Amino acid sequence: MKNNKFNKKPIEYRVFIAFSYIFVIIIAVLGVVPFIMMLSGSFTSESYIVNHGYSLIPKFFSVAAYKTIFENPQRIISSYAVTIVITAVGTIISLFLTTMTAYVLQRKDFPWRNKISYFIYFTTLFSGGLTPWYMLMMKMGMKNNLISLIIPHLFSVFNILIVRNYMNGIPHEISESAKVDGANDFLIFVKLIIPLSKPVIATIALFTGLTIWNEWYNCMLFISDQNLYTLQYYLYNMLNNATAMKELVSGTSVDLLSSTDLPAESAKLAMAIIATGPILLLYPFIQKYFVKGIVIGAVKG
Amino acid sequence: MKKVNATNTAVLKRGGFWHEVSNNKVLLLMVLPAILYFLIFHYLPMFGVILAFKKYDYALGILKSEWIGLKNFEFFFKSGQAYTVTRNTFLYNIVFILLGNFMQLAAAIFLTEIGSKKVRKTAQTCIFFPYFISWVVVGAFVYNLFSYDYGMVNSILKSLSLEPINVYTEPKYWPFILVILNVWKGLGYGSVVYMATITGIDTSIYEAAEIDGASIMKRIWHITIPSLRATMITLILLALGRVFRGNLTMFYSLVGNNGLLYNYTDVIDTFTFRTLLFSNDIGMSSAVGFYQSVLCFVFIMLANAIVKKVDDDSALF
Repeated sequence: MKNNKFNKKPIEYRVFIAFSYIFVIIIAVLGVVPFIMMLSGSFTSESYIVNHGYSLIPKFFSVAAYKTIFENPQRIISSYAVTIVITAVGTIISLFLTTMTAYVLQRKDFPWRNKISYFIYFTTLFSGGLTPWYMLMMKMGMKNNLISLIIPHLFSVFNILIVRNYMNGIPHEISESAKVDGANDFLIFVKLIIPLSKPVIATIALFTGLTIWNEWYNCMLFISDQNLYTLQYYLYNMLNNATAMKELVSGTSVDLLSSTDLPAESAKLAMAIIATGPILLLYPFIQKYFVKGIVIGAVKG
Repeated sequence: MKKVNATNTAVLKRGGFWHEVSNNKVLLLMVLPAILYFLIFHYLPMFGVILAFKKYDYALGILKSEWIGLKNFEFFFKSGQAYTVTRNTFLYNIVFILLGNFMQLAAAIFLTEIGSKKVRKTAQTCIFFPYFISWVVVGAFVYNLFSYDYGMVNSILKSLSLEPINVYTEPKYWPFILVILNVWKGLGYGSVVYMATITGIDTSIYEAAEIDGASIMKRIWHITIPSLRATMITLILLALGRVFRGNLTMFYSLVGNNGLLYNYTDVIDTFTFRTLLFSNDIGMSSAVGFYQSVLCFVFIMLANAIVKKVDDDSALF
């Protein structure tokens, strides 16, 4: 039935649809192929890579890379722990502060609404640059302090605007009538507004969580203690620093002589897979919420 | 008599202010964390721009360090680095914005035209995937592709008995690598934004056009694209405001401190970052940061003013 309808359409329409399929399938494949390549590389035996280079399908299947990494797992475990802690703590605090700020800024009866909104918005137009900010953070004792990885993500002007726009759609009478009944503004926010804003809160929770999970830039700026490295920064070091790599594959001591037969090449890719791990596992389930979230942001913003 | 009246209103007004404060004290307390945060972490560092005009001495501190006028800027401009990094930042961003938006728009249009919901959903899941991976992991993948000894590209070249290439010593390949990766990573997000707008278009317009004999290309050109105009302008304008800000996490995780490639890959942000972290030249890195902030500010004001003239509703502020 459907096919008949399609066949009745003009030829240029059918060509167009065929082209759509080809285009979409190509970009879809390009989206996932790199990851398959890394996965395959991480399961290829070191000697094959050294002699023939990486290939798309693993030849000479080997788990040596993963085995070596997990022989000395303390660094991976500590960087996982650091990343999970800052992601959880950072996201929760950021959500609370962002929604609370957004709520005040959309209250029509709040007299300084526009002034404070502009005060916050202006920071996206002009900034003092990286250096003064970095020096301030160091002065505040952020060196080797995990708080330095959370502070930069506490407020995002963009998120405040998205939540504020969403809350504009909540009937104003809800706050007003609760106020007439004598409820305090903070309680109105916690008990009435938060439950009504669940979709937008879920959205910014996902985006903030993802940003903090992929954090390595602030880690590079402020953290020098290896036990406090985030997962991504740990990976960054492994990829760009030959000594860090050798330390990983040969235990804690650097032994240049024996390291030649250790799986250094495949271990790089295995580490990349391990660092992406939870995102890979969660991705199929949470992807649709990200899409919904962007739609909320796009339509309302 | 008049004088008395004037003071009376002044008193009343002041009373009015404090009255308003006490009326809104809970709301004020709720917004206080945001005010303090932006004051401390955004406004306070703005005063740090005086560092750009000083020869910073750790022992003396910011205020007591020696003033050296425009010396920091002089060096930055005379060495030719100002030109290189500004050019790179600007050109990369312009190509990222234009090609990125074009590809996102195309992907959104083709995705919506696809009849099978299953194919559409699966494709969208795949296209969106790169957005979730950190640039560091992308760096691992680029290494996997281009490593001189083991990379896949060179394996293929060797099997075709062609000369292997070394992208880590040849800057000329990087504009292509960086542009392709940037478009690839942003395609999923952007196409979802455009698709959200496309689904908002009234379908009866399409049906009417089809009955009138408009071809699919004509329908897209005369209905879909005009409907996406506002979204496109907003997205491009937002991006233009950041045209002098390089994506540090991207450039740094792909290129790192590889000096051989700087001529084609160094952007203002990576330059500031290196000057601060590795040369420890506080004055110089502040000067470059200040230069960048002023450039950005002027540019976004201009862009917004132009948009306001052409189409008032699309302006940002």
